[in-house]
Amino acid sequence: MSNRILEVCGLSRIYGSGCPLCVESTGPENDTNICPHCGSVVAVHGVSFDLFRGEILGIIGESGSGKSSTVKMLYFDDTPTAGEAVFFDNGERHELFRQNAAQQRSLRNKRFGMVYQNPHLGLNFQVSAGGNIAERLLMSDLAHYGEIRRRAQELLLRTEVLPERMDQNPKTFSGGMQQRVQIAKALVTRPPLLFLDEVTTGLDLSVQAAILDLILEIQQELNTAMIVVTHDLGVIRLLAGRTLVMKHGRVVEAGLTDQILEDPQHAYTQRLVASSL
Amino acid sequence: MNIHYEFPLEEAGYAFGFLDEYAKKEVRRTILKAICIPGYQTPYASREMPMGRGFGTGGLQLTLSLIGTNDTLKVIDQGSDDSVNAVNMRQFVQLTCPGVEVTEKLEEATLIQSRHRIPEIALTETQVLVLQVPYPDPLVVVESSEARRKIMHAEADYSRLLVKLYEDIVHFNEITISHRYPTRINRHYVIDPSPIPRWDVPKLNQSPALILFGAGREKKIYAVPPYTVAEPLVFDDLPFRVEDFRDEHGQRRACTRCGATNSFLDEYSDDNNIKIYQCSDSAYCDGQLAQHQQREGKA
Repeated sequence: MSNRILEVCGLSRIYGSGCPLCVESTGPENDTNICPHCGSVVAVHGVSFDLFRGEILGIIGESGSGKSSTVKMLYFDDTPTAGEAVFFDNGERHELFRQNAAQQRSLRNKRFGMVYQNPHLGLNFQVSAGGNIAERLLMSDLAHYGEIRRRAQELLLRTEVLPERMDQNPKTFSGGMQQRVQIAKALVTRPPLLFLDEVTTGLDLSVQAAILDLILEIQQELNTAMIVVTHDLGVIRLLAGRTLVMKHGRVVEAGLTDQILEDPQHAYTQRLVASSL
Repeated sequence: MNIHYEFPLEEAGYAFGFLDEYAKKEVRRTILKAICIPGYQTPYASREMPMGRGFGTGGLQLTLSLIGTNDTLKVIDQGSDDSVNAVNMRQFVQLTCPGVEVTEKLEEATLIQSRHRIPEIALTETQVLVLQVPYPDPLVVVESSEARRKIMHAEADYSRLLVKLYEDIVHFNEITISHRYPTRINRHYVIDPSPIPRWDVPKLNQSPALILFGAGREKKIYAVPPYTVAEPLVFDDLPFRVEDFRDEHGQRRACTRCGATNSFLDEYSDDNNIKIYQCSDSAYCDGQLAQHQQREGKA
């Protein structure tokens, strides 16, 4: 039995009307992702990869390279213009973009987790930290108050948020603590697939290190497959076993992280690695 | 519009009451759909009525589209037959629907229009209860977009409503909703059962009578058909609780007028500023009082 959890094939996203020349007029070779003929933005084109159970896949690239767009489409925050993605779960095969809206929401609420760069996208600031976690459990049909409290407390403790702050509103928390609440919220249903979109950007170095350690520990403990989007090579080096390098919406290089960092093949990757040293 | 137009005789015989036949058809069609999908907020073309929106136009349209000369109508407002709203509506129906009987006795009524209460005495299969609804959607407190609320209803996704209850328990140690308690109908749609108190919510469950909800301003009709499951939204380990009317000594308060200890009580202050409690359902209170007086007379 294959250990594969996600298969992505030819994923594309064009913002704008698009034209027949969009694809050939954009990309790393043309040094742009804006079509000179119609002005459409080719945010992602032809992205394909496999993800295996318990694996951490890194996606790295500069701003606007299409890494966040890729993850947003897989988490149903955005709709692709072309491509397919298959999610393998408990022996079932889910073709992500062929499902109806209700099935997509069910997968998103119960089987996927997402941690955004901006906690305002991932947390509800109208309710307490515990309420945020409760919401996700309630979405997955658990309606036992005592059990919800117990699991929320357990997760917050695990993510190093003081239990006495569980009933406080996350807007009173520091940025690092908000991120940890987001991670707890994403993990509470024990999803087999977790997306992390620039989780450490904007945090100071010590908090960054703590969060990265936490993610790694949780991944080893729960065997969760993760896709980590970042523009920080340090994050990739620490977390990801395999990495995709993206530029102008295309994957320019893919392979083992060590191989990419030690022996980059593509000129852009070489510049990226050189600039971080 | 030809103001001198008169219905042909056979149609004139068919037309009855305040609403024209087209409006009645529209409301009746909507009622049928609402009964078919218990708890679903069915949109309809709410008519202009000779009263302001928000004063019970939805309930009145339901009543006027259902009523016939064989019906006996009872109108109550927060349990009372004598309040301004109830009296005016009753008079309006009497004025515009000749031949319709009105009553204050629940047992005699075939059609009951109510604002914010379900009568204390159990309804029967031959009765229809119409409730006036100000805000039909229970999700409006957690989601402002109607389009998104519709999706949430369709998928029976009430997690955000439950989060509100969770937050109540966290901050106040109990659910603080005193009226309009969200209630799940037939294990799918959650309705706003109109501003009835918690006391009345269990009466919706397996009610022998058809219960109709009309929101004129919001242009929605929904129904709890007879013998349908109606469960208040709660957590599995925290059962639903109704008002217990206990005093500081833990004793159940009694109605100061009829002595009933099994009815929903309204709180008043007397001339000496002392709190007194009286049955909210005035007809029930009258009935209890009459029974007491009869027993005392016999004694």
